[in-house]
Amino acid sequence: MNTETISAAAAATDERLRATSALRKSLIRPELGAICGTLLVFLFFLAVAPNSGMFSLEGVMNWGAVSAQFAIIGVGACLLMITGEFDLSIGSMIGFSGMVIAVCATQLALPMWVAILVAFALALVLGALNGFLVVRTGLPSFIVTLGSLFTLRGLTVYVPITINHSTIIGGLKTLSDGDWLAPVFAGKILHPLFVWLANAGVIEHFKVGLKAGQPVVSGIPMMMVWALVLVILAHILLTRTVFGNWIFASGGDASAARNVGVPVSRVKILMFMLSAFCATVFAACQVLDFGSAAADRGLLKEFEAIIAVVIGGTLLTGGYGTVIGAALGALIFGVVQQGLFFAAVDSSLFRVFLGIILVVAVLLNTYIRRLITGER
Amino acid sequence: MTAILELVDVEKHFGRVIALAGVSIKINPGEVHCLLGDNGAGKSTLIKTMSGVHQPTRGSILVDDREVVLADARVAIDHGIATVFQDLAMIPLMSVTRNFFLGREPHRGGIARFFDFGRADRIVMEEMQRMGIRLREPTQAVGTLSGGERQSVAIARAVYFGARVLILDEPTSALGVRQTANVLSTVDRARRKGVGVVFITHNVRHAMAIGDRFTVLNRGRTLGTAERGQISQEELQTLMAGGQELVELEDSLGGTV
Repeated sequence: MNTETISAAAAATDERLRATSALRKSLIRPELGAICGTLLVFLFFLAVAPNSGMFSLEGVMNWGAVSAQFAIIGVGACLLMITGEFDLSIGSMIGFSGMVIAVCATQLALPMWVAILVAFALALVLGALNGFLVVRTGLPSFIVTLGSLFTLRGLTVYVPITINHSTIIGGLKTLSDGDWLAPVFAGKILHPLFVWLANAGVIEHFKVGLKAGQPVVSGIPMMMVWALVLVILAHILLTRTVFGNWIFASGGDASAARNVGVPVSRVKILMFMLSAFCATVFAACQVLDFGSAAADRGLLKEFEAIIAVVIGGTLLTGGYGTVIGAALGALIFGVVQQGLFFAAVDSSLFRVFLGIILVVAVLLNTYIRRLITGER
Repeated sequence: MTAILELVDVEKHFGRVIALAGVSIKINPGEVHCLLGDNGAGKSTLIKTMSGVHQPTRGSILVDDREVVLADARVAIDHGIATVFQDLAMIPLMSVTRNFFLGREPHRGGIARFFDFGRADRIVMEEMQRMGIRLREPTQAVGTLSGGERQSVAIARAVYFGARVLILDEPTSALGVRQTANVLSTVDRARRKGVGVVFITHNVRHAMAIGDRFTVLNRGRTLGTAERGQISQEELQTLMAGGQELVELEDSLGGTV
């Protein structure tokens, strides 16, 4: 055999590559770890607490709402982490934005929609400031946003105590009545559908109490709607658009990206702003639902957001990750937090579980990522 | 034949250090011009001067016989001078398509700017085939490619985006035998498309395998340019080493260097 036939044979198929089946190919995806985790968690609770009401419509709405909270802040944290940065001020931003809405609406007597818009504007400015400091000074975002964590939390406690002698500002329910923007964050949609379902006997009515005669689930909370919309939009942005390509590149290798003309600084600043925006969506939903703002809202949420994102397969150092994975991470989070309650297990075990699943998920995700990217 | 790129008596000083002390070189279309030199000969400075990263202290740069100022890398690229540096400017975690079009993504959907993956994937597969690289699929991460394949993708990318002069910074330095052969054949394909290739190396063997012209750089000066067939591997080696010293050493090594 001469050399030409050897190289021709080698050109047709590389003998060192195992043939990959379609099944294997469809399985080896960045979200695989999160998908396995989700299945495991559901199987676990189906086995442990099958008749606790966790899987009734009411139960689903219960953990669904908690998962939605994690998903909203997870979306911002996810895209930011893919650009290679962190935002440790998510939790403080939640408390801060909520307090801005409350102070504007009660102390400054602004209409509720103005209060909400002021909070969003302020959050976007603060997010941009975080981003600007990071790209300009070259300091790690860990440090810069750790500074914001304390600054914002401090302000969130100081302001209501100074003007109201309390860390809680209430009375927002009556102020948001009749406002056009408040229902975008508070309340529920599809109420008539659920009434109809209840009358048709598909879901149950309350038998006694104030709400007797109403369906047990009266609609889809706006928090869930926001979570769904944000997850879908962010997923499309990341995977289908030119900007999405720049998000990956900024985190994958910022200097290589700059050399081919990607505006890395702009991408990073915008993602810091998105993170602050998501935190404010969370805050607006919570404040308008509860009718009050409290200085300790959102405490430790930044870590929960980061954990949901990491469980979802996003690389802590950036350049790799998926929004769908982060959403599944949020789902795992919500199901477990509420599931332990349904299973009548002490809630402190939630943290034990959290620590374990974090490490296991990252191990699994690292293995999967190596399969996909050829990392060594 | 007119040269696409020509350097005339180019000098580059960094403070008191004279990195280039008078370099003249002509790059013709459809030719591989090998630039040989030992470490410290000024190869890197010369590449950076040609690609617009450094501006010459003295001397002139001509593109298509007209004098130009390559103020920065962008200007050089606009003149069709593309450089593939050793780090390749590729992101291993991203797919071949995402890397190939990074910063120049084809898009549709107006203001939403959706990445046109259908078109991009098709172009990548075609270009790779044209350059003799077998991709499993365009969604494959660059990290799964071998060093030679990455080099070839970077070359294909530069050629696709309209490079007339392609500067390759030691493209074969870290590669095995078979991968080197693959990269050299990619270089050959670029040459046949009429691209003028500047091939920087200190491996005489690789230079002899692909080069049409050879210029030896020593201590910041060009020691002259030879055409293929005018010079032997041994002569090149001796020139690179700057004369006698290596020859003496070579005797004791039994001609193995």
